[in-house]
Amino acid sequence: MIYGKIDPADLAPAPKTRDRREFLKTAATGLIVGAYLPTFVRGARAEETGVSAAARLDAGASGLGGRQAFAPNAFVRIAPDDTVTVIVKHIEFGQGPYTGLSTLVAEELDADWSQMRAESAPADVTRYANSLFGVQGTGGSTAIANSYEQMRRAGATARAMLVAAAAAEWAVPAGEIAVSAGVVRHAGSGREARFGELADAASRLPVPEDVPLKDPSEFRLIGTELPKLDTPDKTTGAARFTMDIYRDGMQTVAVAHPPRFGSAVGSLDDAAARRVRGVIDVRAIPSGVAVYARDTWSAFKGREALAIERDEAAAETRSSEALFELYRTTTESAGAPAQTRGDAAAALAGAASVLEAVYEFPFLAHAPMEPLDAVAVRDAEGVEVWMGSQVQTLDQGAFAEVLGVALEQVRINTQLAGGSFGRRAQGAADFAREVAHALAAVPAGTPIKLVWSREDDIRGGRYRPLTVHRVRGAVNARGIAGWEHTIATQSIFAGSPFESMVQDGIDPSSVEGVVDTPYALPHLSVTLHTMENGVPILWWRSVGHTHTAYVMETFLDELLEADGKDPVEGRLALLRNSPRHAGVLRAAAELAGWGGPVPAGRARGVAVHKSFESYVAQVAEVSRGGDGLPRVHHVWCAVDCGVAVNPNIITAQMESGIGYGLGAILYDEITLEEGGTVRQRNFDRYRSIRIDEMPAVDVRVIRSTEPPTGVGEPGLPPIGPAVANAWRALTGESVRRLPFTAHRDAGARAPGGGG
Amino acid sequence: MAIDLIVNGEPRRVQSEGETPLLWVLRDELRLTGTKFGCGIAQCGACTVHVNGQARRACVTPVRLVEGQQVTTIEGLSGPQAEAVREAWREIDVPQCGYCQSGQIMSAVALLSQMRAPDDAAIDAGMVGNICRCATYVRIRQAIKNAAAALEG
Repeated sequence: MIYGKIDPADLAPAPKTRDRREFLKTAATGLIVGAYLPTFVRGARAEETGVSAAARLDAGASGLGGRQAFAPNAFVRIAPDDTVTVIVKHIEFGQGPYTGLSTLVAEELDADWSQMRAESAPADVTRYANSLFGVQGTGGSTAIANSYEQMRRAGATARAMLVAAAAAEWAVPAGEIAVSAGVVRHAGSGREARFGELADAASRLPVPEDVPLKDPSEFRLIGTELPKLDTPDKTTGAARFTMDIYRDGMQTVAVAHPPRFGSAVGSLDDAAARRVRGVIDVRAIPSGVAVYARDTWSAFKGREALAIERDEAAAETRSSEALFELYRTTTESAGAPAQTRGDAAAALAGAASVLEAVYEFPFLAHAPMEPLDAVAVRDAEGVEVWMGSQVQTLDQGAFAEVLGVALEQVRINTQLAGGSFGRRAQGAADFAREVAHALAAVPAGTPIKLVWSREDDIRGGRYRPLTVHRVRGAVNARGIAGWEHTIATQSIFAGSPFESMVQDGIDPSSVEGVVDTPYALPHLSVTLHTMENGVPILWWRSVGHTHTAYVMETFLDELLEADGKDPVEGRLALLRNSPRHAGVLRAAAELAGWGGPVPAGRARGVAVHKSFESYVAQVAEVSRGGDGLPRVHHVWCAVDCGVAVNPNIITAQMESGIGYGLGAILYDEITLEEGGTVRQRNFDRYRSIRIDEMPAVDVRVIRSTEPPTGVGEPGLPPIGPAVANAWRALTGESVRRLPFTAHRDAGARAPGGGG
Repeated sequence: MAIDLIVNGEPRRVQSEGETPLLWVLRDELRLTGTKFGCGIAQCGACTVHVNGQARRACVTPVRLVEGQQVTTIEGLSGPQAEAVREAWREIDVPQCGYCQSGQIMSAVALLSQMRAPDDAAIDAGMVGNICRCATYVRIRQAIKNAAAALEG
C-alpha cells in the first residue's frame, strides 16, 4: 500500500525525458500504440474525504511535477499474427491486473478475448508511472483505479488507427466501418480484415488525440467474467517466477542475516563454509554475510557453516511483551490530535458509565509463498534485473545508487511474483539494495540469484507494526455519546520516500479507518502516539485498516449492544450519511439472512469497512472449535468497488482477503523474545490458514457506475471484527489481544478490562 | 557418485550429492522449475511431486532415497485425473499468484487417483498439507469436486 507521490528526480540521476512522439514505434513487426493520457484522478476523486483520499488527490493533481504526468505511454502491441499484447504496468501477483487491464484495452479496441495477451511493462517511470504515486509501482489497491481511463484510451486509440487504416485501404469513410470481436468490417463493400492484417498500415498513421471512449452502456467485456489470462500456465508449471530464472554462469547467493534487528557482524570465520561443496565465495555485505555457491542447496549449507560473532551494540533487544507494556502505558495519555469532532472528553465525563478497552496487535509477517528473490547481472549497458519488483522506480534507484550507474541503466524485468501482500513494495528498497551489494562483489558478466529462505522471510522484519489502541466510549439516550481513541504504533511513512505524507505528526496510515469513520459520532477524539523501535516495518495487506477496522467495528458492536441495538440496524442508523457503507451492509445482511435462524452452537457477527475507496461488509458465522478458537463456517460478503470490471476476480479477491485476514487474526504473530530474537522461523510456528480452516464464502458484487476502485486489500479489514463480534455473541468474550491464539493462551485476561 | 532416477518417464543421471533434497536436484540441476520452494521443512507443500504415484514433499526428500524410482513433476503430470484437475482449475480460475498451484495440483491428482469422489473431509485430509497464502481454498475445494464429477461422467 502506498499513498502519496514521489518525485523520481529525487531518487537518482533523473530519467531522460522522452519525445512525446517517441512512443509510436513503426516497425515491420506490427503496431505499438500508446496515448497521451492525463491522470484521471483530479476530478474523479474530488468528492472524497479523509486523509488518504486527500493524499491521493495531491498525488494525482501534481503527478510528476505537472507536465511530465502527461508523458507518452506504450500499452498495446498488435502483431501481424493478430495477437493483441497489453503491456501491463502493474505487477501480477494474483490480484489480476494482467486480466483486468487487458479487459479495459480489449473493451475499447473491440478485440476478441482469445486474441489478448499480457506482458509485464519494463521499468520506465516516463511511460509506466502509477498516476497516483508519481513513480512506477503497484499498491494501495490502485491498479484498476489508476488504469481505468488510461488503458481504455490506449485501446480506443488503437481501434481508431485500425479503422483509419482500413478506411484508407478500402477507400471508404471511416464512419461506415464497424469493429467487433477482432474483425474490422465495412458493410457496404463487404470488406473485412483482422487486426493483424491492418497492423502495419495502422502503424504508419498519425496518433489521434482525444479519441472518444464508450459509454458504459456499450460495454461488452467490462463487467463480464472473462477467464484470466495467466491461469493456464499456472496449472502446468510453465508460469515463470523469479525463482525459476537461470542464467549461464549464475551463482546462487544466500545471506546470513543478523538474529536481532540492528545487530552487525563483529567477526566472521568462513573457513568451514568455504569447505562446503559448491560454495564459491563468502563476502560481508551491509545486510549480512553473503555466501556464493553454484546452486541453492550449497548456498544454504554454506550459510549454515558460517561462524559469526555479532556486534549487538545497536540491536533492538526489547521483547514484544515489553513493547506492548510501553505502548499500553503510552496510550494512557492523549497523543497528537488526528481528528476532533465535538468534545469527546466532556461527553464521556457526563456519561453514566464508560466502556474502556485496550487492543493489542502483534507484528505480522507477510509470508508470500515465494520468498524474496532476484536475479541480476552487470553488463555493458548497466544492470539487468529480474525480480518481482513492486515499486520499480525505487528498486531502480537502489541499484543505481549502490552500483554507481544511472537510474535508466537499471533494467528491471518485472516477473510474476508468488504473492506479496505488501512485502515486495519497499520504500527503502532494502531487498534491491541487498541484491545490489551482493552483485557488486562478483565480476561484471557474472549473474547472481539471491534467494531468501522461509526463515529469512519470517525473521527478516518489514512487519506490520505492533500496535495498541485504547478506546473509551459511552452511550446515552441519544445513542453513542462520545468516543475517545488513542493509537500507539510506528510510522510506516516516516523515514521512507513517502515521508511527506506525514503531516503535523500524523502518519495517515496509522489512523486511517478511524479518523474517517463514516459513523455519526458527534463527539469523537482521535490521537496518535508515533512510537519508535528498532524493528523494520512495512505496509501489510490493507495497512492501518488491519488494526483500525478491528477496533472500530468490535468496539462499536459493544456500544451498540450496551445501547440495546441490533448490530446491523444499529450500524445503519449511524450510516445515514454514507449510502455506500449502508448499501454493502444491507446486501451482506440480506445475503446471510441476518436475523433468521442460526444453527445451534453457532453465532453471527457483522462488520463493514471502507478501505482504498472500496466498501465491504461481511457476516461471519462461527462456532467454538475443539482448539478453543472460533471455527468459522461461513462468510457472506458484499463489496462495492464502483464499476465491476471482472466480477469473478473481485469475488476471488474477497475470498483471498477473507482467508488471509482470517489466518492472521486467528493464528499469526511475530513475537520478539526477551533479548530481541524472533520466536517464529517458518510455517510451523508462523501459521497460515489451511484448507480445513477456510470458511465457505458467498460474495455479492454491488452493481455500480461509480469509478472503479481496488479489491486487493479491501476484502481483508472486515473479517477480523466480523469473527470477533460473532465470537463475543457466542461466548461473551471480547478478544482484544490478537491473534486469537494469544487471547486464548492468555486465558484470564478480563473482558472489558483496561488491558 | 551419480544417482539414476526416472523423471517424468525419462531415465536421468544426476550429479548432486545423495543428501541433496530432490527439490533442488529437480530445479537447479534438471531445471524442472514447476516444483516450487516454499518452506524447506515440508510445511507448505509447494514442492509436492509424485514418487511412484504417491505425493511426496521434495524439499525434505534426499535424492538418494528416490534412486531408481519414478518421479513425476507438474511438467510430466498426465492421465485422466491430471487432465480433469487442470480443466477444473482453469474452468473456475483457481490460481491467484499461482506459486503454490503446482503443489496443489500434484496433491489433488494424488487424492483423486486414490479416491473417486472425495467429500469435504477427504479433501481437507488430502489437501491440508498445501498452503496457499492467497487462500484460494474455496476454489480448490470446488475444482476438486468438479474434477471428480467430470471423471465420473
